[in-house]
Amino acid sequence: MSRTHVNCEVNGDAVDFLTEDGESLLNALRDELGLIGAKEGCGTGDCGACSVIMNGRLQCACLIFAPEADGAAITTCEGLASADELHPLQQCFLEGAALQCGICTPGFLIAAKALLDENPDPTETEVRYALAGNLCRCTGYDKIVRSVLEAAVQIRTPA
Amino acid sequence: MKYAAPTTIDEARTLLAGDAGAIVFAGATDVVPQMRAGRPEPSMVIDLKKIDRLMSVSLDGDTWQVGAAAPSSALTSNAAFAADFPGLTEAAGLIGSDQIQNRSSLGGNLCNASPAADSVPALVVNDAVAVIAAADGERRVPVADVVTGPGQTSLAHDEIVVCFELARPAGGTSDAYLRLIPRTEMDIAVVGAGVRLTLDDSGNVSAAAVALGAVAPTVVRVPAAEAALVGSSLDDTALAAAAAAASDACNPIDDKRGTINYRRQVAGVLTRRAAGIAADRIRTRNGQNGAS
Repeated sequence: MSRTHVNCEVNGDAVDFLTEDGESLLNALRDELGLIGAKEGCGTGDCGACSVIMNGRLQCACLIFAPEADGAAITTCEGLASADELHPLQQCFLEGAALQCGICTPGFLIAAKALLDENPDPTETEVRYALAGNLCRCTGYDKIVRSVLEAAVQIRTPA
Repeated sequence: MKYAAPTTIDEARTLLAGDAGAIVFAGATDVVPQMRAGRPEPSMVIDLKKIDRLMSVSLDGDTWQVGAAAPSSALTSNAAFAADFPGLTEAAGLIGSDQIQNRSSLGGNLCNASPAADSVPALVVNDAVAVIAAADGERRVPVADVVTGPGQTSLAHDEIVVCFELARPAGGTSDAYLRLIPRTEMDIAVVGAGVRLTLDDSGNVSAAAVALGAVAPTVVRVPAAEAALVGSSLDDTALAAAAAAASDACNPIDDKRGTINYRRQVAGVLTRRAAGIAADRIRTRNGQNGAS
């Protein structure tokens, strides 16, 4: 089994790790870097629980071979909050009760961030399409969609 | 398993030729699930995304060159490409979620050789040509001739699809792609239908191409449906004949996604609707250009 030395930037920090070539970026983030926000749901790109933003593009970390991350910039849900306060998406998810068991939440937060980075004022339909790659078996989605729309308002018009 | 990320096509071909168990990949959106489902692990995965030509989408004179490994989102976000090929663009935009579309590629969709691949009917109706890097240089093959059966292609082990060449459509020409799935996102086609039409100055069809996905082992071109449309004004009689021809051309399977009879009927309906959408696109564009 070949092992590769990977240098990349995760949530703004330069990091490096050793990985087996066939390992997924998801497992490298969780097992080598201790970033356990991204979850494995399906392992096949269907559920979005492992969503990360790599080089500006929302992707499933379970479909990325870890060596692909060499030289890349990656954002995980651990990179959303600042030292003092939660990201508006996180705050709105909390206040809007947009989670129950929480397994899918890191993926939804990252997918929602990718949407709002590109489209700060989405319609409800646009939110629903943008989150179609993320599955939640608890909430029925409505509270998630409403929380993303509320966070979009807050980000556009900071207090 | 080894991972390699060559930066040139020659380097990728050399790696592939030297290892009978190696495969190339772009987004791995099919490769990883197949490994997860128990398919034997390749001895090496060769990442094509570091090769510039496989990632670029560019207009060269009157021909679009679409890199085989470029993600679907590179097409859906390219307004000039989408204006020339709205049907192919919507096919690329139907494959999976945003997460998937940031990795999935036309080259992967073709070479995975699923009968239900969404982009393939849309490539076929646009006469797309696959540029293939081979041992003795590059060869050009119509996309319709690449897939030979479920999971099977006409490519040799050491050959790589580099890009697709798509001639810009002539005036009065547009395309559309429709697929049926049980939900609105994130599913595999029960039936897919691609149609490209050319309308003459009086609004009659002067050229037509119809291709169906998920209704046979490979994508099916439907000459009888094309013949029914050509010369018509897309009147009910012509559309009904095209729909019937599309239904007749199906050789589908019964599976959990749909029965044989259901797939046949839906193929006709989607063909008819896609023809209507392609024609509407042509009329809208002609209206914008101030033409009749």
